[in-house]
Amino acid sequence: MNKPIIRLDKIVKAYGTHTVLDGLSMDVKAGEKIALIGPSGSGKTTILRILMTLESISGGTIEVDGDYLYHMKDASGALVPANEAHMHRMREKIGMVFQHFNLFPHKNVLDNVTLAPILTKGVARAEAEKRAMELLEMVGLADKARHMPAQLSGGQKQRVAIARALALSPKIMLFDEVTSALDPELVEEVLNVMRRLGEETDMTMLLVTHEMGFAHDFADRVLFFDRGRIVEEGPPDAIFRNPKEERTQNFLRKIIAAGHRV
Amino acid sequence: MTDWAGYIGLIIDGAFVTLSLTLCGSAVALVAAFLAGLGRLSRFTAVRALAVTYVEFFRGTSIFVQLFWVYFVLPLFDISLSPFQAGVLVLGLNVGAYGAEVVRGAIKSVPREQFEACIALNFTQYQRMRYIILPQALPLMLPTFGNNAIELLKATAVVSLISLSDMTFQAQIVRAQTGNTFVPFLTILVLYFIMSTVISRAIGLYEKRITRGLDGVRS
Repeated sequence: MNKPIIRLDKIVKAYGTHTVLDGLSMDVKAGEKIALIGPSGSGKTTILRILMTLESISGGTIEVDGDYLYHMKDASGALVPANEAHMHRMREKIGMVFQHFNLFPHKNVLDNVTLAPILTKGVARAEAEKRAMELLEMVGLADKARHMPAQLSGGQKQRVAIARALALSPKIMLFDEVTSALDPELVEEVLNVMRRLGEETDMTMLLVTHEMGFAHDFADRVLFFDRGRIVEEGPPDAIFRNPKEERTQNFLRKIIAAGHRV
Repeated sequence: MTDWAGYIGLIIDGAFVTLSLTLCGSAVALVAAFLAGLGRLSRFTAVRALAVTYVEFFRGTSIFVQLFWVYFVLPLFDISLSPFQAGVLVLGLNVGAYGAEVVRGAIKSVPREQFEACIALNFTQYQRMRYIILPQALPLMLPTFGNNAIELLKATAVVSLISLSDMTFQAQIVRAQTGNTFVPFLTILVLYFIMSTVISRAIGLYEKRITRGLDGVRS
């Protein structure tokens, strides 16, 4: 069996006295599509943010693609905190799409997608633009390349944000509640793009979502989180149709009562 | 009958000194504002402390006292500056201290999500500032920078105290020689007003230019 592409080992994350993650361990296999579900404040978004190095960790280790994310080995082989250069190298492997898109408002759509490859990978502008147009084509927005983000709908912005993250060709993509800020009629266009990504690429994908129907169809594995722990995990059918834990059952009941389909 | 043409000529000479002081002072102020403003956001404690000390010191003491220190006290330590150099330095550092707070405030008002997007896209700290944060922060700084430049223009009058013949200094000479207060002081009143109007218009135009196409972004 292959080595996992992501391995979290006894991760602790605390804000002052408030512990969000308390010794969390989990493995993700290369190419796996994982849905993280659970009540808000259960730590699922924190995991994505930690993997993107937007938050630091208070304890434990993370390995991504065979290398430590927050640590490095010094001359004697001892594990020491990683320096910025190491983190910079590691971040190349990971891309993230945010709930609120976070497009650069002063750059047009094409520049939003090409800026990172040009700046961080030294890709020539012409080549970066060619690749960006392919990606915009894939998300159905090639005709909006010269538009400013403010001229786009929420669904279009999010599709640009997906293209922007893909432009760096990460091995791992993190999707943090990417449809939560969208009007209901715009959710589907974003989910369709993600479906295509899932089918056409072998990228490892982790998504935090409240779209249970999508999680069911999309994920290879579903993790149910509560209070910083994985309460239950398994294939989508097992979690959604036949949850064993009472907390999972309660959560799914509430979600369905709130109008989400499963 | 007073020969006003000659006297007005004196005031115009002074106007050029005032103008040079304003331009050079603003240039120093701009550099100082960005250095100290970015310094206050540094992750290094020593850099932050240095920036805070500079800002608090120059905001907390009078420009008049600062000028006397630079021009009359520094020579005691073997640092001699010409009146013009001393004037530019003090005006620039003084207004730069106010500008530093503007720079800091504008950068801090760029949403945190923009910083996070930069990390996710693996920009270096420099790239993040240069391509993402500053271009969004600059339009927020400009109106206040315009005010600061006008404050600097008006503060140039203080350099007459170290015998630099700026516009106000010249007006006083004319007043002493002619015994007439109305004409020289009306002249410099108008000249100060014209200069400040030009500054404010120029900043306004520049602001328009760099925010072009950004309509509705900050909704």
